[in-house]
Amino acid sequence: MLFSNRMINILIPIISVLLGLLSGAIIMFFFGYNPVEGYAALWNGAFGDSYFFGETIRQVTPYILSGLAVAFALRTGLLNIGVEGQVFVGWLASVWVGISFELPMVIHLPLAVLAAALAGAFWGFIPGILKAKLGVHEVIVTIMMNYIALYISNEMVRSVLTDGADRTPEIFPTASLASEWLASMTFYSRLHYGILIALFMAAVMWFVLNKTTTGFELRSVGFNQNASKYAGMNVSKNIVLAMVISGAFAGLAGAMEGLGTFGYMNVKSGFTNIGFDGIAVALLGANTALGVVLAAFLFGTLKIGALNMPTEAGVPTELVEIVIALIIFFVASSYIIRWVFLRFKKEGK
Amino acid sequence: MFKNRWFVMLALLLSLGLVLAACGSSDEGGEDQSSGGDSGESEDSSGEEAANGDFSVAMVTDVGGVDDKSFNQSAWEGLQAFGDENGMSKGEGFDYAQSESDSDYVTNLNRLVRQDYNLIFGIGYLLQPAIEEVAGQYGDTHFAIVDSVAEGDNIASITFKEHQGSFLAGVAAAKKTQSNQVGFVGGVDGDLINKFEAGFVAGVKSVNPDIEVDVQYAESFAAADKGKLIATNMYNKGVDVIYHASGATGNGVFAQAKDIKNNDPEANVWVIGVDRDQYEEGSVGDTNVTLTSMVKRVDIAVQDVSTQSMNGEFPGGEVLEYGLADDAVSIARTNEEALTEDIISSIEEWKEKIVNGDVEVPSTREDLETYVNSL
Repeated sequence: MLFSNRMINILIPIISVLLGLLSGAIIMFFFGYNPVEGYAALWNGAFGDSYFFGETIRQVTPYILSGLAVAFALRTGLLNIGVEGQVFVGWLASVWVGISFELPMVIHLPLAVLAAALAGAFWGFIPGILKAKLGVHEVIVTIMMNYIALYISNEMVRSVLTDGADRTPEIFPTASLASEWLASMTFYSRLHYGILIALFMAAVMWFVLNKTTTGFELRSVGFNQNASKYAGMNVSKNIVLAMVISGAFAGLAGAMEGLGTFGYMNVKSGFTNIGFDGIAVALLGANTALGVVLAAFLFGTLKIGALNMPTEAGVPTELVEIVIALIIFFVASSYIIRWVFLRFKKEGK
Repeated sequence: MFKNRWFVMLALLLSLGLVLAACGSSDEGGEDQSSGGDSGESEDSSGEEAANGDFSVAMVTDVGGVDDKSFNQSAWEGLQAFGDENGMSKGEGFDYAQSESDSDYVTNLNRLVRQDYNLIFGIGYLLQPAIEEVAGQYGDTHFAIVDSVAEGDNIASITFKEHQGSFLAGVAAAKKTQSNQVGFVGGVDGDLINKFEAGFVAGVKSVNPDIEVDVQYAESFAAADKGKLIATNMYNKGVDVIYHASGATGNGVFAQAKDIKNNDPEANVWVIGVDRDQYEEGSVGDTNVTLTSMVKRVDIAVQDVSTQSMNGEFPGGEVLEYGLADDAVSIARTNEEALTEDIISSIEEWKEKIVNGDVEVPSTREDLETYVNSL
């Protein structure tokens, strides 16, 4: 009774996190760092004062959305590796709208956010339609689309939005998610209203997947395409829809960076990793809305806190990357944890 | 159904409990670990001392990190030299914060401000918006940015006359080429790298206006594969000297030159390095493909500004330009075999003219056009 399946599903990520942190401590210890000091520095770096807390939430915001994007596609059985590219086009679209128009805030901000979602959705639509109509594997297409997005947005920033400069002008304040009030509350951190959008979208995802017919169909396609087809569902339509919605979430993650954190877009020489980290967030969050929010929170904390580890405890930031990798490793090898649980269960009887 | 809900609630509570417990333990860790707390206090006290006259300085790297074999590393070496000079050690008087992504710049700058550093360097033009933002919020702290110009009374902008050094690199290339074709590989097309391009082309054309310069951009500072591809094309069509200003992308240029040299030791292929002396990068067996390097002494500049700031002469709001005259840009002479007397004497000759002001080296493409037309 205690170890029901559901229970195990919830315990696995938590145990993985604990095992990851523990292994990180062991590694720190073996390399001659003080693990307690290291984790204390991590904790202070993420929650030490309200500035760092604000920065942590700021980092969590895009992670929630990119995590939702990956999770949504995975629930329909699609691995969307293209979240990174969808983040780029979303970022670009939101900034484009942000700098091109001067409108009242009630129109401008929603318009910029919507543009980001649409751009991301379009970027997800292409691999979706290719998969549905021609059976091209979405992993290949989405990976390629990442590079297309990266270089197109660089070219757009350089040639279309500016005259050969490295970054766009600042967006108009009417399109900005940044808030004086939140910033002053957290000693000028870049905390912005995007976190509300992210949490709202998590609720939207839960609602769509669990409470609507569309959601039922999407999940059904994820479980078994043939059975869904036999039951009279349009599998192609659902694949495209899943990719479009997933892309829209990712586009919103881009808007968080464009309208919230930065307020501009610059020429990037590489990926931001928001999308790739989203894969890890979704995996840790077991592809559920609530799980993604919690996992994003953990990842944001680790990323921001890690920056404090070298200065306060002398531990290299790379170590936090190792801890994150270990957590993912333990989640991925959940089979082992499940097996241990089942043994206990048997003996318990 | 009812049972299921119960379970979800219970699970949520448990997981929350676990998360809190995990948090709690690390929090306790912070309290238990008296040394952790102590180190925090000692930092505070050193901050107070700093206010009493002691001086502390820190830097924020861009995503390259302090071991990038390029300007981040050079800047850090400058800070270390400054620390040695003044009896400081890492963490006590000077330190660095490494950035893992673009969004970390502001966070890292803020962290250092909060740790009461008097002077904070931002290394690389990518940090310019972040420096301006943070400097606007903390008027009492001094900031400096390398490779870019930031506006603010408490910001010193450190720039280099890379076009001057690149001009001399161009002179060396023009003297060395036998095919009368030389190449330029840039990182990301923008104001900064255009300075290198303009200086280099001007230098080449000053020696011999008939030499063709092939200019290509890799659109990345970290794509060695692209650097190699561009170098392959250039060498194939007869270019024999390539100057790269492209960070790690240039490693591909070196790789291709070394491949050619390995297959045919008689081949006439050369690379001109950038930022640091890249002599080591170019060694193939007994020979070396690195003709020379355009060395940018970020360390000298960082040390200089730190000293000025410590003595209360912080050049806030000013744009400092380090050039040939300060020896802050120079031409490496490690490859004595390749850099013949003839080349060195003509480099010296042009250097003389630039330092005296007889030659005004162009720093943009427009200036370059006027310069070339006036030859």
